[in-house]
Parts: sequence; C-alpha cells; structure tokens
Amino acid sequence: MQAFDYIAAKSIEQAVSLLSQHGENARLLSGGTDLIGQMRSGLHRLALLVDIKPVPEVNVLSYDPLQGLIIGAAVPCVRLCSDPAVLAHYPGLVDAVSLIGGVQIQSRASLGGNLCNASPAADCIPALIVHEAECVIAGPGGYRKVAVGNFCTAPGLTILQEGELLVSLHLPPPQAHSGLSYLRFTPRSEMDIAVVGAGAALTLREDGCTVETARIALGAVAPTPLLVAEAGEVLAGRMASAAAFEQAARLAQKAAQPISDLRGTSAFRKHLCAVLVRRALQRALSRANENQVGAG
Amino acid sequence: MPNKVLVHALINKNPVEFSCEPRQSLLEVLRDELGLTGTKLACNSGNCGACTVLLDSLPVNACLVLAVEIEGKAVTTIEGISPAGGLHILQQKFLEHTALQCGICTPGFIVSSVALLDRYPDPSEEQIRHWLAGNLCRCTGYVNIVRAVQDAATRLRENY
Repeated sequence: MQAFDYIAAKSIEQAVSLLSQHGENARLLSGGTDLIGQMRSGLHRLALLVDIKPVPEVNVLSYDPLQGLIIGAAVPCVRLCSDPAVLAHYPGLVDAVSLIGGVQIQSRASLGGNLCNASPAADCIPALIVHEAECVIAGPGGYRKVAVGNFCTAPGLTILQEGELLVSLHLPPPQAHSGLSYLRFTPRSEMDIAVVGAGAALTLREDGCTVETARIALGAVAPTPLLVAEAGEVLAGRMASAAAFEQAARLAQKAAQPISDLRGTSAFRKHLCAVLVRRALQRALSRANENQVGAG
Repeated sequence: MPNKVLVHALINKNPVEFSCEPRQSLLEVLRDELGLTGTKLACNSGNCGACTVLLDSLPVNACLVLAVEIEGKAVTTIEGISPAGGLHILQQKFLEHTALQCGICTPGFIVSSVALLDRYPDPSEEQIRHWLAGNLCRCTGYVNIVRAVQDAATRLRENY
C-alpha cells in the first residue's frame, strides 16, 4: 500500500471537514474489511484515512416500538446480530447481515460499510430495501435523508457527494402481520459472495392470508441492488398462495439483468432469481403468520 | 520521511509500545516489529483466517486491521493462548487427533476455536464448522480439526 496519514475522527463535523478538504484523496475507515484489501490492490490510492469508529453517532444501536431502529453506520455485524431487539423485531435484516463473511469479518465489518462499498452483490442492501430503510447523511450542507434504494448508483459508487458521509440507517418499526426475509445462493455455505440474493417483505391483512403489501428486492443481478416494484405490486390484495408467489417470482426474474462471470452464468442467475424469490416469500409468510402483534 | 505513529496496546496481557506507519497491518507489526511470528501470513486478504488473533476478545483477521487501530486495545495471539511452558487443551487435542499437517493454518484455527469455546462451551458439529468457516486448511480435509475441537470442548467442560 502507498503511504497515507491516519486520523481518528472525534466528531461528525471534523470528519466532514476532513473529507471536504481532501476530496478523492481521503476516505472513511470503519471496519476496513473491504477498504484495506482495496487499498492493497491499488483500487484506491489515498493520502488520508479518517477513522470514523470513535464518533458516537455512528455507533448508535437503538430500538423504539414507535420510532423503529437506528443503526449507526459503524456498528459491526457481530453487534447487530446479537442485539436482542434486532433479533426479535428484524429477523429479516439478521438473515442478511449474519451472512457477511465469517466470524473474523463479522467482528469488524459494519452494515454502513457494506452499503457504502456498494457492491452489486452486497447482502445487506436487498434486505434494507425491503425494510424501507432510510440513510441519514451528513455533509458540508448539513444533514439529508435518502431512501436506501437510491443510495447505490453504480458498482462501487454511491450518491454521497464530496464531504458527505453516512451517519446511520433508520428502519421503520415492524407492523402487525408482517414478515421479512433475505436469502442468497453461494457455492459454499459461508464466506462467498452472493451469486444471487433475494429479499422479501409481506404484510398480510387481518384475515392472515390476504396480502396487503409486498416488496421484493434482488442483489447481484444488476449494476446495483434492485427493488422490483411490479413483483411486489402483483401480490397486493391477493391470497398468499403458491400460484401468486410464482407470478411474483417470474416478474422478479424478468427484471433481473445479470451478467455471466466467474460466479455464474447469466442463465443460471436468471433461474436462481425465481427460486430464491419464491423461498424468500415463503419464509416471509411464515414470519408474518407468527407475528400477529407487530412492534412492542 | 515515513510518517510513524506511536501505538500503545496490550498484547498477550503485556503493555507494549511500538512505532509504525499507518499503512502497516497488525499482522505485519506482530510478525516483523514485535517478533510474534506465531500468527501466519497466507492470503493477506481476509479470506483464509491464518492470521486470526483476538482483538478485545473478538476473532479478527490481523491482515485487515491497521496496527494504528489497536491503540488502547487488547490483542491475544497464539503465543498468548499457550500457558507458560505448556499447551492449551486445544493444542493438545490438535496433536492427538492429527488435526494438522503443514501447520500454517493451525494457529489461526486454535485462536478461532478458543473464541468459539469461550462463547459456546458445548457446540454441535454444525456450529463448529460454521464458526470455523473463515479458517481454511489445504492439508487435512477438516474432519480431524472438528474432532479435536469437539474433544477439547468435552475436556474443558469436564474441568469446570
């Protein structure tokens, strides 16, 4: 790696100021599990790393039944996946976050970092999309919010402008009769990058079998993770049946534009889309049926 | 002029002070500056786990931690796992079960296994394999490693 300076940030303001000052020559360091490898391979040539971990706002992890969940951008996977409130109320998010790497990566890698790395195959992003997460961003102009579905703009690129950083993610509180899930296909059971990832969210009506709303998102089949709006819309007002799920799965499959690469052919990925969306919907349905009461 | 930083940390319970460049990984500093060569450099990219150490009790890949990041923290390496002049039960069981051949992955496996048994004293085979998924072995085929960990877990439970 080329030589660089390291500063441990004490505040959001200081981090914003340093990023604004150094532009492309500086980046934030959170868990480092993507960044350090990328610097070693020359993908980034930086003069300054700003370690964001000491800043309190990016380490917040708090749940409120009315406000929902706030996840600071630097909260590591291991902390998120062992938090009782997250495990109880956001199992669909834990599905995704617990899949990142192995235990050594989980100890360091953060949800915010996984999002900001903006891999098309990032596991957490389809899950965040179906949870309708919002990104809280700080920058020279102050704070702004962006829906997570709009955060990634291209492989490795995000909507963050010069001087901006991701502070936290906000997830709405879970609703009664709703269930969410994420699953992926990989050659091994751990450590691999998703060949295809699928997130699903279902909210049922009081009758427990009619779908009120549904959301479906795919990963690793487009330049960015993809909300497939039409696949969710086709389920609204319908019985949560195998036939309905099949229709949604086919629409999701149609929307996918996967490439062929070392992890799989385009045709294989297309096939996987339908399989994984069906399974994600089935798991979301089971959770929706268990979850009669919703938040609190 | 290299921009060196002074770092203070606890390594294997000993207070340590060293000077390093920000670009030096914890792995590099442990091996090259501090002479703790028990932690191995293999893939250098966070995929194989040969460089696993405990950082504030959490298993991490030392190749993906910058040495400057351990300021004020506690690191445990394989050298810190062996009791003075002896072997940890896990090391004993790895020998008994022939859970190593070339041995390059072994320190990483031992450190990861210590972290596992600290949290799950009675792990199932599935839990063991899942926890150790970040440690790769090219020699043994993993079966004897799993048996060694299971045997060590039993012995540790008996001793308490």
